[in-house]
Amino acid sequence: MLDVLIIGCGIVGTAAAHALSRYDLKVTAIDRLNDIAGETTRANSGLIHAGYDPEPGTLMARLNVRGSELTRQLCAKLDIPYKQNGAFVIAFDEGDKKVVEKLYQFGLENKVPDIEIISGEKARELEPRLSGEVICALNVPGAAIISPWEFAVALAETAARNGVTFKLGAEVTGIKAIDGGYSVATTQGEYKAKAVVNAAGLYAAQVHGFLQKPDFKIIPSRGQYYLLDKSAGNTVKRTIFQCPNELGKGIMISPTVHGNLLVGPSSENVDCPGDAATNAQTLAHVWKTAAKSIPGLNMRENIRNFAGVRANADVDDFIIREAAKGFFDLAGIKSPGLSAAPAIAEELVRLMQASGNALAEKAAFTDRREVVRFRYLDAEARAKIIAENPAYGRIVCRCESITEGEILDAFDSPIPPTTVDGIKRRCHAGMGRCQGGFCSPRIIDLIAKRHNIAPLDVLKDREGSYIVTGIKGVETP
Amino acid sequence: MKYDVIVVGGGPAGLFSAAAAKGAGAQRVLVLERDKVTGGILNQCIHSGFGLHMFKEELTGPEYAERALEMLTNTGIEIKTDTMVLSISGERIVTAINPKDGYMELEANAIVLCMGCRERTAGAIGLAGDRPAGVFTAGAAQRLINVDGYMVGRKVCILGSGDIGLIMARRIALEGGIVPAVFELMPYSGGLKRNIAQCLDDYGIPLYLSHTVTAVKGRERVEGIWVSEVGPDLKPIPGTEKLWECDTLLLSVGLIPENELSRDANIEMDPRTAGPLVFENRETGIPGIFAAGNVVHVHDLVDFASAEALIAGRAAALFTSSDASEKTVAVQAGEGVSYTVPQKIRPARIEGAVNIPGVDMDKKCDIFFRIRSRYDNAVIEIDNGTEVMQLPRGHMTPGEMERVSVAQNFLQNTDGITIKVVEK
Repeated sequence: MLDVLIIGCGIVGTAAAHALSRYDLKVTAIDRLNDIAGETTRANSGLIHAGYDPEPGTLMARLNVRGSELTRQLCAKLDIPYKQNGAFVIAFDEGDKKVVEKLYQFGLENKVPDIEIISGEKARELEPRLSGEVICALNVPGAAIISPWEFAVALAETAARNGVTFKLGAEVTGIKAIDGGYSVATTQGEYKAKAVVNAAGLYAAQVHGFLQKPDFKIIPSRGQYYLLDKSAGNTVKRTIFQCPNELGKGIMISPTVHGNLLVGPSSENVDCPGDAATNAQTLAHVWKTAAKSIPGLNMRENIRNFAGVRANADVDDFIIREAAKGFFDLAGIKSPGLSAAPAIAEELVRLMQASGNALAEKAAFTDRREVVRFRYLDAEARAKIIAENPAYGRIVCRCESITEGEILDAFDSPIPPTTVDGIKRRCHAGMGRCQGGFCSPRIIDLIAKRHNIAPLDVLKDREGSYIVTGIKGVETP
Repeated sequence: MKYDVIVVGGGPAGLFSAAAAKGAGAQRVLVLERDKVTGGILNQCIHSGFGLHMFKEELTGPEYAERALEMLTNTGIEIKTDTMVLSISGERIVTAINPKDGYMELEANAIVLCMGCRERTAGAIGLAGDRPAGVFTAGAAQRLINVDGYMVGRKVCILGSGDIGLIMARRIALEGGIVPAVFELMPYSGGLKRNIAQCLDDYGIPLYLSHTVTAVKGRERVEGIWVSEVGPDLKPIPGTEKLWECDTLLLSVGLIPENELSRDANIEMDPRTAGPLVFENRETGIPGIFAAGNVVHVHDLVDFASAEALIAGRAAALFTSSDASEKTVAVQAGEGVSYTVPQKIRPARIEGAVNIPGVDMDKKCDIFFRIRSRYDNAVIEIDNGTEVMQLPRGHMTPGEMERVSVAQNFLQNTDGITIKVVEK
């Protein structure tokens, strides 16, 4: 019997796996998809909020502020792309100004460091591209940008190095209480565990419902984005938010940690949690709204539109609790879920201890991870690393300068990617302006060779996302 | 160890540049190619129709690439394949890597940029809907099929009737796939007339002009595409939307010169071509750095890209220094003209007697340009301020690059000339 089964390998599940891997526990983490970070974690704003936004006194407020600090530490230890770039919340009129003042008060109460309200002139001095209509701004130096999927990958890999088992493609079909724990039926067999952690994101209410009637509902909320070319990456240094409204944190314009510019998101409830389609009308609205913050954005620099679905809930706060003895919900993790994730995991540990589990720390715990990112090396380091391993001398992704060596490294990691998008999430290949046009054929070959499968069976992403339909000289049905 | 000329890119423009540089007396010439073989995109263009101007016979892409490479045999020109150029500098230092030589810093007297172009993607055209597998740029699909030997789909719709889109429609049909339709945003095709006949008409593939794909349907793999008619403003007409079932969508929606290295080197760019601003000899704004082929502007025919490379390669070999005060004539794109190449001409440097098949260089400078719309009975007018040269052309279409020759003496007493197109 396992000590803990974690259901869901998004940022919340992987953070939980990482936190629990510190202790002498037998832990398995499962996900219904064929990779980690395959749902909400792979498509969001990639922001580490400082914590001025949630209402003081909520779990969200406390875990956001704590999570933001933990994230900074983890990123340094685990070699995750992270940059403290700061943020503005801008006001265009008196109504907005009141919101900015309220957020400032929230920030003070939530103990967000170094925040201040600055004038429009001062804001433009710091961000010259900012609209002349801005009358004042909340300046939040502690806000940061991150690569969310690399964050989840790093947490999962580190957890795996510390003994956590990851099982992908295992969808939960039933949960029942058994003597001393739970039996969880999945599409890949049954798991018995003393404790179950429900980190199922968009499907958290469904997973909860296998055990007992859920007292909360997940409301999938889609956010649509534009991702602009790196040539637009220097438009602003900071993340520029418009004032939040009932729909969310407000349309933002932000550099990404990879050097692009992100514009979005929209916010609309969708019937189906898997509905991450974009639509022209909403995107046009996003663009028009964003243009108010930074006039003169050039849509011709758009390299990709995408959408993600938030796991909002009909509860105003995160749902973090022991719902039944040994059954822990980490549910309704809406924004600022990414920022709060490591603190949510910390909270889980606390809840487990409070529930009577004596958690003993492992004698040996790996909390360091290093990744080669050729594009960030200087000339000397480049010369050295290619001399050591010639695979770093072959560029596979031309737009982002990703080498074959980096892809081979990913194959050697504890949770090796099996899909083209899996490599994209780990190595950044295919993220550039040609969007994989040049590198995907080579990546298909590398995957086929590494996993000893036919190129016909290489997937872009999830099950069913086959890329090629035939091979020369091979009969196909 | 300094090279006389380093050529960045071993596609047709790169190979012709290198040959021309060597022919003009450069001793040490180096070609850097990122792929494992030279020839660039020609290697995947297994159809014929190449070389009619340059080699006076009809060749396939790989044959043309082979001929171009043959020009370099026994010339002492060095070629490094599997080699990626990471940067070039105004001081003409090239940094590059490959698995064999490792990290290299190479010095050159002159550099020729021949990086070619890349395809516009779904993101560039703001394609909405799902983002499943099965959406390919036409060139990526062409490589998968023709080089790697993979079929990309069973029922394949194509957006864009540029040459690559048309040729891929035929390729899919030849490989046993079904092509329900090719859609084109504009009211006319952007491809060569011969390709409409040979790639669509001959295979019974319908072309829908003034139509566009507005969204993709299918979570994991393409299941269909939403197609609308567009109005004169090129915007979808509400109510005309129709779902076409297919498992694959190919995008042939334009090419963009690949100038990241040029931009990083702070070479002055022309926003209209998305390539460097060049002089008559294809020198860029940075002395000693030249550019040729699709990196300068997207050509219709490899023959013309090669011809441009002959100009640039020769000039690179002869480069000593540039004099910024030298008399320069600006070439302006006037009414109906979207851009010109070159953008600037130094009349004193117009050469005669460069033996380029199909290109008349006898004390004349060829100017290439594209027009914005179709004409039935057009006249090209070139105005130097005192004199207007009129060249009747009849039918003209934006899909085909135009060329005019301007004599040296027409440029002597002016600071600028303007090229425009008018309907007679």
